[in-house]
Amino acid sequence: MANVHGAKAHEGAEPTRRDVIYVATVATGVVGAAAVAWPVVDQMNPAASVLALASIEVDVGSVEPGQQITVKWRGKPVFIRRRTAEEIAAARATPVADLPDRVARNENLPADAPADDVNRSLGGREEWLVMLGVCTHLGCVPLGEAGDFGGWFCPCHGSHYDTAGRIRKGPAPRNLDVPPAIFVSDTVIKLG
Amino acid sequence: MGTIPQEHYEAAPGSAAGWLEQRLPIIGFARDFMAFPTPKNLNWAWIFGVALVVMLVNQIVTGVVLAMHYTPHVDKAFASIEHIMRDVNGGWLLRYAHANGASFFFIAVYAHIFRGLYYGSYKAPRELVWIIGVVIYLIMMATAFMGYVLPWGQMSFWGATVITNIVGALPVVGDYARTLLWGGFSVDNPTLNRFFALHYLLPFVLAGLIVLHVWAFHHVGNGNPTGVEVRKDSLENVKKDTVPFHPYYTVKDLFAVMVFLTVFAAFVFFAPNYLGHPDNYIEANPLVTPAHIVPEWYFLPFYAILRAIPSQVGGVLAMFGAIAVLAFIPWLDTSRVRSTRYRPIYRWFFVLLALDFFLLMWVGGKPAEKPYILIGQFATAYWFIHFLIVMPVVGMIEKAKPLPESIEADFAAKHPPAHKPEAPAPVAASPSHSH
Repeated sequence: MANVHGAKAHEGAEPTRRDVIYVATVATGVVGAAAVAWPVVDQMNPAASVLALASIEVDVGSVEPGQQITVKWRGKPVFIRRRTAEEIAAARATPVADLPDRVARNENLPADAPADDVNRSLGGREEWLVMLGVCTHLGCVPLGEAGDFGGWFCPCHGSHYDTAGRIRKGPAPRNLDVPPAIFVSDTVIKLG
Repeated sequence: MGTIPQEHYEAAPGSAAGWLEQRLPIIGFARDFMAFPTPKNLNWAWIFGVALVVMLVNQIVTGVVLAMHYTPHVDKAFASIEHIMRDVNGGWLLRYAHANGASFFFIAVYAHIFRGLYYGSYKAPRELVWIIGVVIYLIMMATAFMGYVLPWGQMSFWGATVITNIVGALPVVGDYARTLLWGGFSVDNPTLNRFFALHYLLPFVLAGLIVLHVWAFHHVGNGNPTGVEVRKDSLENVKKDTVPFHPYYTVKDLFAVMVFLTVFAAFVFFAPNYLGHPDNYIEANPLVTPAHIVPEWYFLPFYAILRAIPSQVGGVLAMFGAIAVLAFIPWLDTSRVRSTRYRPIYRWFFVLLALDFFLLMWVGGKPAEKPYILIGQFATAYWFIHFLIVMPVVGMIEKAKPLPESIEADFAAKHPPAHKPEAPAPVAASPSHSH
């Protein structure tokens, strides 16, 4: 308090030693409070054990065309679908310019890769579609072989995805995300 | 402590109470609080504040004892709820009282909010009372949402997924905030753990805010159905306009609370799952979304607003905006008259707003299909039109009916002072003719 009054008493005059001490004390206090608050907030970030979740390998040898398996990776469902020729043809017949989201959303490709069907499929193997089964709107799991485009339909808020998992209609802002994935052999896919 | 003149408690000098009062004036504080001059014309719409306090106490008491038996772990949470239902002595009663208690908490808060909207309780000098109330409502919603996650059923899990993704859709801070809520890459064990901790904490934050809320309106005085202020110029006039809170309103509110709790008990004992969703008796499964996710009934109006906007960020902003707009109505309402009782045009818009609220609630429970999306869009539009256009414009063009001169005058007009049968003194003094 004395510092405040002191500062007022000689307004316009040169700052005194007292003013410097006052400002330095408050500044140190603010930095100290922030330093103490940081660990209290940071503990809510993912813990080391959560981050350490290893990548997984999935054997897809028994999946026939037109079949889909769902595996759990990082707590989320991943759709692995072996598409039929009709599904591939339907996806390829759609010009990229007609899509609400024209970016592939494929983590294995550059961020600006266009959302054509080849860029959506895994490693250029056109039959295989691997993507997070998490609607990009609010995170529900879309239902397969449903919706206006024969792909996926999210029952929560009505987003329609096509046979390449691209958003076509509804509130979702992005195509279904393609996670980091690679064929490590002819029949085994590694996620993460 | 407030602006309303009041006869203050004074301890007898030399008494033990006097000794205490000189050191800690706690008796005086409690006595003055309970004897607070309260407008004598309050109607039944004014009972919900006390009902809300009763429900908060119900939630804290049942919640604390439920926490003694609940396990916040993804592998054990669902089973521990069944343990409470089947094994714990009276556990079924405690859990049903807690789950239905949340619903009745919201019934009371919506009645309380619409009371405030009708009688202009938000207008100067009660803006802060109102804004603190809006914050209380927001924290109530957060608390209820996190509580619904704890049983770890399908609706718990998918409700949590949708709501945390709503936070994730917020511009700039969204992703960071969502990760902080999750503690991982999706709703999982860390999420359940922190929601349990916060669900236990927030009711006490609510209690603190309620102290501020009550303090604020005790400072300026209660509103009342006429919207005419208590005359504060003299203690004499205050006494003509008010009655002491105790015993007049304690007794009235207790009666109302008993009626309210009777309905509550009817649900707890005869329809305990009516307000819940059967899917929440299926354990959470991160790989299967229920065909039709619906939040609890008390979130439906705002859920309908979320879905009405065909863009993710737009829907999220509209939903938060629909609640945030409430905080600004003290300045959006341009009328000089508080009470809608004297506002012949606005009262019709008020009816429309109430109907709109129920329409949104109905749409929010329907699937995201035609024609519900379109109905939801019209209802959402009216919600914003009401506050942003109707309130400012009607307030300027409307000619209000004449206001009563005082609360006393309004009261006397409604309850004419009949001949007083209780005047026994003259009767006793005069010789009896009737014998």
